[in-house]
Amino acid sequence: MARQETILRVEHLSMKFGGLVAVDDLSFEAKKGDITAIIGPNGAGKTTVFNCITGFYKPTEGRIALVHGDDSILTRIDNVTATGKQWVRTRQGALFLLERLQDFKVSELARVARTFQNIRLFGGMTLLENLLIAQHNKLMRASGYTFGGLLGLGGYGKAERAAIDKARYWLDKTGLLDRADDAAASLPYGAQRRLEIARAMCSDPVLLCLDEPAAGLNAREGEELNELLLSIRKEHDVSILLIEHDMGVVMQISDRIVVLDYGRKIADGSPAAVRSDPKVIAAYLGVEEEETDEVAKELSA
Amino acid sequence: MEYFLQQLINGVALGSIYGLIAIGYTMVYGIIGMINFAHGDIFMVSTMISLVLLIALFSLGVTAVPIVLLVILLGAVFLTALYGWTVERMAYRPLRGSFRLAPLISAIGMSIVLQNYIQNAQGADKKAFTQLIPGGIEFFKEADFSVWLQYSQIALFTTTIVVLAVFTFIVTKTPLGRAQRACEQDIKMASLLGIDVDKTISLTFVMGASLAAVAGLMHLLYYGSTDFYAGFVVGIKAFTAAVLGGIGSLPGAVLGGITIGLIEVFFAGYVSVDYKDVAAFSILSIVLIFLPTGILGRPEVEKV
Repeated sequence: MARQETILRVEHLSMKFGGLVAVDDLSFEAKKGDITAIIGPNGAGKTTVFNCITGFYKPTEGRIALVHGDDSILTRIDNVTATGKQWVRTRQGALFLLERLQDFKVSELARVARTFQNIRLFGGMTLLENLLIAQHNKLMRASGYTFGGLLGLGGYGKAERAAIDKARYWLDKTGLLDRADDAAASLPYGAQRRLEIARAMCSDPVLLCLDEPAAGLNAREGEELNELLLSIRKEHDVSILLIEHDMGVVMQISDRIVVLDYGRKIADGSPAAVRSDPKVIAAYLGVEEEETDEVAKELSA
Repeated sequence: MEYFLQQLINGVALGSIYGLIAIGYTMVYGIIGMINFAHGDIFMVSTMISLVLLIALFSLGVTAVPIVLLVILLGAVFLTALYGWTVERMAYRPLRGSFRLAPLISAIGMSIVLQNYIQNAQGADKKAFTQLIPGGIEFFKEADFSVWLQYSQIALFTTTIVVLAVFTFIVTKTPLGRAQRACEQDIKMASLLGIDVDKTISLTFVMGASLAAVAGLMHLLYYGSTDFYAGFVVGIKAFTAAVLGGIGSLPGAVLGGITIGLIEVFFAGYVSVDYKDVAAFSILSIVLIFLPTGILGRPEVEKV
């Protein structure tokens, strides 16, 4: 198998809230085209990692680099860091230091999209509008910052039709096309989760961060979600970062798993390797750190 | 009957001005949940700008009324929008993310600053404006009391309706309007989807100020005078109109404005001129007891 390129490199990431260390010196990489899962017991700091990646929080320490195109650009990372730039673009690709970007630029420039554990749709707007919002910058540019759109000038009509087509494609893919003009808040829970993923995909991401997409779904909906995620990865040029509690989902679809406990990384590898890692088992069983060796011994015995 | 009709016309005319200003309050409240108390003074500034432009045009020898009106309208909208943008940039944006009352206090401060600035720059006396659109249509000439529909009132109604239509279109159909509504619902999520929230908020202030400028010119055409304090009472009434109509709702703002205008004019016409403001605010209180979210407001849904 060919060497996989890196899309996201997190280095020595720490996030402190007052005295509380939510994420402690975390480093990991996500490969292009992979589904990388971040798992761990409640309060392990998974969502905090997401919040740092998507610009929701400014990390206390550490570097989060996102690559577009050829990852050989990562060799310039120290150079970029030292010059204080937020990002750099070359002919081969681009490198973004996400911890330096303003939150809306993480989406607009670096093209990272995310969904939330507690769904955050625009409930009062229709499904279609929710998906058009995700294409806002493209439409703003096409409309000449509203004035052209107001007068029906330029390529705005065309851009708007393309945006609607894209929205309809994703509505169709998530099985929501017949409810395009309903308010998002009127959807059942499982459908709202799918709509959030559709909205994230409408912003043309290179990295899609999903925070517990299977939470609250029943078995059948969980299956549908797996299929949706696998088809997104197959048909679109996007890498997925996934936080999930449902081990069925995680083991079935991830290529690589990073395990956190108390903000620190305790394991990193393929699903099979992680599943049999004694430290992971200990973390999930709630054993003290000193006893993990004993538990490992017992387990392997 | 004739008397009633005359009051109705006057009430709707006055209400249209309140409505135009109320849209500025309602849009800003909708997007950042803040009452922009300086908005009334932005309106006052726009009346001064219109006046200065008029005098400038007249002294340049430009006296053709349609041209004068168009130039004043465009100039006033542009300059007032600049004031609106500057106020937001200087007084509110640095306080975003601070506690809720901070921008409110800053707004009151901004209101005083604008009043004193105009008082110093233009003097404290009342300034008169030439009647640019004189005359009107007279109905019921045979009756004891003839009804006048002034041309300036017709201009006022038409402008309000056109402006409301354009703004409704912007808010419901354009990407900017969608972004505004998205920010209204979840400002953080909007920014995560790539919307430049600061820019969207700035544009909201610019839009509100432009409408205040239209209202300012209309007010000047209709009443023919202004002073540095003109924004205070009108601003409070327009704010009341926004609350009455259901704050956050565009048609609600205009409806609320016309309601307040009608109450005021009818009370002045039939009961007492001195207590017209008392009547307007009393009715506001009563309406809010029975309709806490205003006439067209949506009930606030508690976030779970």
